[in-house]
Amino acid sequence: MLNPIFYYQAVLLALSQIWANKTRSILTTLAIIIGVAAVTAVIAGLTGMQTKILTDFQTFGANKMFIFPDRPDDAPRNQYPWPVIRLKVEELEALNEPEHCPSVRRLTPITEVGAVIQYGDEMREGVQVMGIWPTWHDIERRQVLMGRPFTPGDEENAHQVCLVNEAAIAELDLPIDPTGSTILVDGRRFLIVGVVETLQATIFGMGETAAELFIPFSTSVKLQSPYFFFFITCQVNSPEVAEEAKAEASFVLRNLRQLEPDDPDTFEIAVIDQFIEQFKNIATVITAIASGIVGIALLVGGIGIMNIMLVSVSERTREIGLRKAVGATPGAILMQFLLEAITLCLLGGFLGVAAGEGLAFAARHLLADYELDQAAVPMWAIIMAFGFSAAVGVIFGMFPAIKASRLDPIEALRHE
Amino acid sequence: MIIRARQLQKIFRVGVERIHALRGVDLEIEANEFVAIMGSSGSGKSTLMNLLGCLDTPTAGRYLLANREVRRMSARELAQARNEQIGFVFQSFELLPRASALKNVELPLVYAKGGWRGRRRKAREALERVGLGGRVSHRPNQLSGGEKQRVAIARALLNGPAILLADEPTGNLDSATTHEIMTLFRQLHDEGQTIIIVTHENDVAGVCQRIIRLTDGRVESDLPRDEDPVYRAHIRQQLELAQLREATNSHGTDDEPASIEPVPEGEQC
Repeated sequence: MLNPIFYYQAVLLALSQIWANKTRSILTTLAIIIGVAAVTAVIAGLTGMQTKILTDFQTFGANKMFIFPDRPDDAPRNQYPWPVIRLKVEELEALNEPEHCPSVRRLTPITEVGAVIQYGDEMREGVQVMGIWPTWHDIERRQVLMGRPFTPGDEENAHQVCLVNEAAIAELDLPIDPTGSTILVDGRRFLIVGVVETLQATIFGMGETAAELFIPFSTSVKLQSPYFFFFITCQVNSPEVAEEAKAEASFVLRNLRQLEPDDPDTFEIAVIDQFIEQFKNIATVITAIASGIVGIALLVGGIGIMNIMLVSVSERTREIGLRKAVGATPGAILMQFLLEAITLCLLGGFLGVAAGEGLAFAARHLLADYELDQAAVPMWAIIMAFGFSAAVGVIFGMFPAIKASRLDPIEALRHE
Repeated sequence: MIIRARQLQKIFRVGVERIHALRGVDLEIEANEFVAIMGSSGSGKSTLMNLLGCLDTPTAGRYLLANREVRRMSARELAQARNEQIGFVFQSFELLPRASALKNVELPLVYAKGGWRGRRRKAREALERVGLGGRVSHRPNQLSGGEKQRVAIARALLNGPAILLADEPTGNLDSATTHEIMTLFRQLHDEGQTIIIVTHENDVAGVCQRIIRLTDGRVESDLPRDEDPVYRAHIRQQLELAQLREATNSHGTDDEPASIEPVPEGEQC
């Protein structure tokens, strides 16, 4: 209905109007700028966190599964005493059978105890000593830097051998190549056979890089009380079969524990996916809250736009009259003022996105310690910001535009 | 026949009152006529002009513009008729302040069908036609009153309208510029343009060929200029004034303001 020159002229006119009223336009769009900037920055932060967490999990291994003893919620303590719910070595061995858990590639039990370590004159209390199977190296992707990893022989014979990490070398003042040296763990002599690299990936500060000592699981069993605690870390064949692996392990444990179908689990099986899922849920909630705030900001901004457009219509009544006299249809006038409102809003949206990018940039550089070093505004957020801005222009520009389109040209030309 | 109006009536409602602005006007205007519509304020001349310019529709009666019935047109058809058939010239020029002369002249093409191509050339030609070929990129605030009105006339001429409709086109201009603008109107008329001028100035009406006088919503007289009694009286008065001035001039005083030439050279009626 309207020819292309009309749209071209209308947008040019809108821009020249905005330029002619710079201060007024900026003040009017301020609410939109702030709203869009806020949501863009929040989304940038969340995206950055998500990227970081996903990368962390990837390093950590997205195909991992953990099995812990767990007392059912609200259950009385005496119904599920520790000796009943704790993981047992027989259960561990049952889970390790490939025909029981075909989706699990390999697994390792892990015990954790604090021990007193002594090397020469150096003594450290509360050093974390972990009992592990040789499969641990592959599951945790931590190979030895020097010496050798644990072997099935170490495990079967419960050798008094240990691995240390680099932090332990520094803390205990061990030789640069500590393999072949012996240290005392709770008074027992252990031979250092290898050095493993210090864990790089940390999740929310967990897995702090401190001195670590690793001994064979069978050796650690002998050092501890009969009802000692351990958990199991499994590597599943692929992240896709995580749920199947979970079901298989659950079936094995429920069978061994002779749980009736309506009894609750006395253990917990967690897969990494769940953690990601949880984070995504939190992110969704935060996004929803931010969107609500932005909704309010856009509403306020929209009212400002409507106000300024009404002012513009009344200021330019004669111009509207003239345009009608030279042949502008009501539709053309409506479209012109609507385009002006939309242009104004899109300008606000653009400045808002720019400000949001600025905030994301600042977060990347100033708040890197708070997991925000990968904050970035995703494309969809930019598109959404412009979409919403345009929508605000249409919704709140409509009333003034209709008012302009309905002006009587004779009255308009007589307007002072 | 460009305009054929039969028993045009226009009634405005103001509250419970009904105001008869036009009480049955009959009017016929041929192509290439040069007509003045005159009347005191309240005589209905503005209402008639709004009807003729398709800015408004009559309450009763028929109005055929280029053989099309205007009374049944929708708002959009009226807009299209204004765009294609009518060129308006207003007393206060009505130029867009921030646009150049060229952009101002282009304006009707924005609302025309097609017309994207050649708009610059068309606008430039229109400006040359009114003698402003050298002021294409000037803004209204850089132009004199007469030049502004020329831009407005160029804008009115752009789509080659059937009628050029001027509402008190010299109302905001001094006498010298008035003369200039009226000369331009005459020149356009000589080129074949149909022109209707609404005015209350006898000097302006004197440039036209035909004078229609309205009183109280009715046509009081519709005569060729030289047969119009009011105009003739006006001319007589002017001549007497001129003689009087000559007489006083011989006594050495001259504080009488100069008036425009009542009848410019060469009459073609």
